Amino acid sequence: MKVKSDFHIVSANLLLEGDIVYRTAGGGWSRAWRDAAVSHGREAADALLASAAAEPHLVVDAQLAPVFLDAAGQARPATLRERIRALGPTTRTDLGKQADLAPEALPGALEAA
Amino acid sequence: MYRYDEFDHQFVRDRAARFREQVARRLDGSLTETEFKPLRLQNGVYLQLHAYMLRIAIPYGTLSSRQMDRLADIAERWDRGYGHFTTRQNIQFNWPQLKDIPDILDALAEVEMHAIQTSGNCVRNVTADHYAGAAADEIEDPRPLAEILRQWSTGHPEFAFLPRKFKIAVTGAPQDRAAVKAHDIGLITTRNADGQVGYEVLVGGGLGRTPMIGKTIREFLPKDDALPYIEAILRVYNLYGRRDNKYKARIKILVHEEGLEKIRAEVEEEFAARRAEGSKAAPDAAQVAKIRGYFGGPSLAKRPAVSETLQQALVADPGLAAWIEANMAAHRTPGYAVATISLKPIGGAPGDATAAQMRVVADLARRYSADEIRVSHEQNLVLPHLALNDVPAVYAALKAAALATANAGQVTDIIACPGLDYCALATARSIPIAQEVSNRFGEGARAREIGELKIKISGCINACGHHHLGHIGVLGLEKGGVESYQITLGGDATETAAIGDRIGPGLAYDEVAPAVERLVEAYLAHRAGPEERFIDAYRRLGPDPFKAAVYDAAPVTV
Repeated sequence: MKVKSDFHIVSANLLLEGDIVYRTAGGGWSRAWRDAAVSHGREAADALLASAAAEPHLVVDAQLAPVFLDAAGQARPATLRERIRALGPTTRTDLGKQADLAPEALPGALEAA
Repeated sequence: MYRYDEFDHQFVRDRAARFREQVARRLDGSLTETEFKPLRLQNGVYLQLHAYMLRIAIPYGTLSSRQMDRLADIAERWDRGYGHFTTRQNIQFNWPQLKDIPDILDALAEVEMHAIQTSGNCVRNVTADHYAGAAADEIEDPRPLAEILRQWSTGHPEFAFLPRKFKIAVTGAPQDRAAVKAHDIGLITTRNADGQVGYEVLVGGGLGRTPMIGKTIREFLPKDDALPYIEAILRVYNLYGRRDNKYKARIKILVHEEGLEKIRAEVEEEFAARRAEGSKAAPDAAQVAKIRGYFGGPSLAKRPAVSETLQQALVADPGLAAWIEANMAAHRTPGYAVATISLKPIGGAPGDATAAQMRVVADLARRYSADEIRVSHEQNLVLPHLALNDVPAVYAALKAAALATANAGQVTDIIACPGLDYCALATARSIPIAQEVSNRFGEGARAREIGELKIKISGCINACGHHHLGHIGVLGLEKGGVESYQITLGGDATETAAIGDRIGPGLAYDEVAPAVERLVEAYLAHRAGPEERFIDAYRRLGPDPFKAAVYDAAPVTV
């Protein structure tokens, strides 16, 4: 979905397991949305993606996703697609990150695009 | 059922072993992802929205109990306890880990299964009527040809890199339950004026962003010519099919752009040349006889056409009567029936089955259905050879496993692709739309009163949910960052195949199920009588009363 935002996170799938992970500010990977590094501006987004793509032995399909920042400065998915990736199927709350992780590791409610 | 010979066993075991090596080489860095991706796809391994997905071929939708038990094992041991049966008569597991997939392929090979050619620009899993070998209206079992096509196309080097994927479907009966007119090649078993059995051959059908109904390229093809003729079609397509634009690369575009007559002439010329030189594709008579022998059908004990046991059970259980009315079809042998096991529980995800449910079906097939199970393109399962005497016991066991929904062919028997809840290509959700429609109509008198109604939902333009062929079709798109759903009416997947007509602007997510309910209410108000199906009423009345039902209520359009 095409949504414009100046803020982005980078997600990818672990090569071995396939699980979705997020690029962190420290240059690592985390399964938790709330650990994702947020880039501001196109240049920073490209740099974040480039750093992720340089680790093909760990992850596949690294990709940028637009986010919005809430009043507390927390990143929230700007698209339904990214929200479903971050939580799991909307029809099966017993599957995906919504089932595996503590609520504080997950993104908050979807902001209107 | 077909059983692997030593060549089949060795081929599948070798492929699994080779994939294990390829995974190891990817993990140790010897293969880049760019190099590895086509290799994993050739073995059915996709990367989807949440995780890897493994698509497993179920040739012509036929499974043994042992194979179904193995799918249950895979669901429990390496996935999340369930599998998803698809409109391609395949099964998909949504959560496997790459490191486990070589073990899964080994487990499949042990029961004569694999995931080969479930992706890529090759001949995909050949599909067939799910009532094959059992239906009362069948001229001949379509599966021997489907099996010959499977053997011929598996690993065929000439057709490993076609312009685009290629799907073949076969029906052995005049009533088309396999949607053959929506395939690249559709084969309809028929008789000529002399009573000889052969095939009507259609070419250039398909759905996706450019939906087309297949065109008859040969009115009658003798059975022995089937493989050389199909090979001729593939050769012409491989030579002339467009490779410059993936959206114009299917054979339907070639037929459309070049014209049927030109393609027919090319195919006939190629076919004549193949025959003259003695096509290497044609299996010899002994091979054909051997393959046909596998599909001779089970030896069914002679039984009276009417079962006293069943009659007595019907009196005691109205639920059984409703299930029989909706889910049972005539068998070619008196005293037997074909039973559909609905994977559409009210409010459930279409096509999903838990490992426990798979085991129940496997057990019932073993005990009551000659060890055979079918997967339908409508995402249901079928027990093809049930003795009428056994129907009450089978129904009771299905009911205990939440598999006895009496809705085959009805408004709640909805086809839906995985959509945005699972699929990386999807632009909108499909499953929750199906669930809400299902909940609105439920299981009971209202759904029975509505009668046959095919609702088909896709979560993107690729049309895995066959929305073009739905009496009511729903296509989920994305518009301005939100889900938007187009409604089509008048589609038909059968021998009277038609592409549905789009009736107006897209609807917001929350508006879809109410709009479907209004469409059904309009049908009930306008139909000539209970015998006039939704599709027939639409053809008689045209779109206006249905458009009014959807849009006059002023829904939110996007």
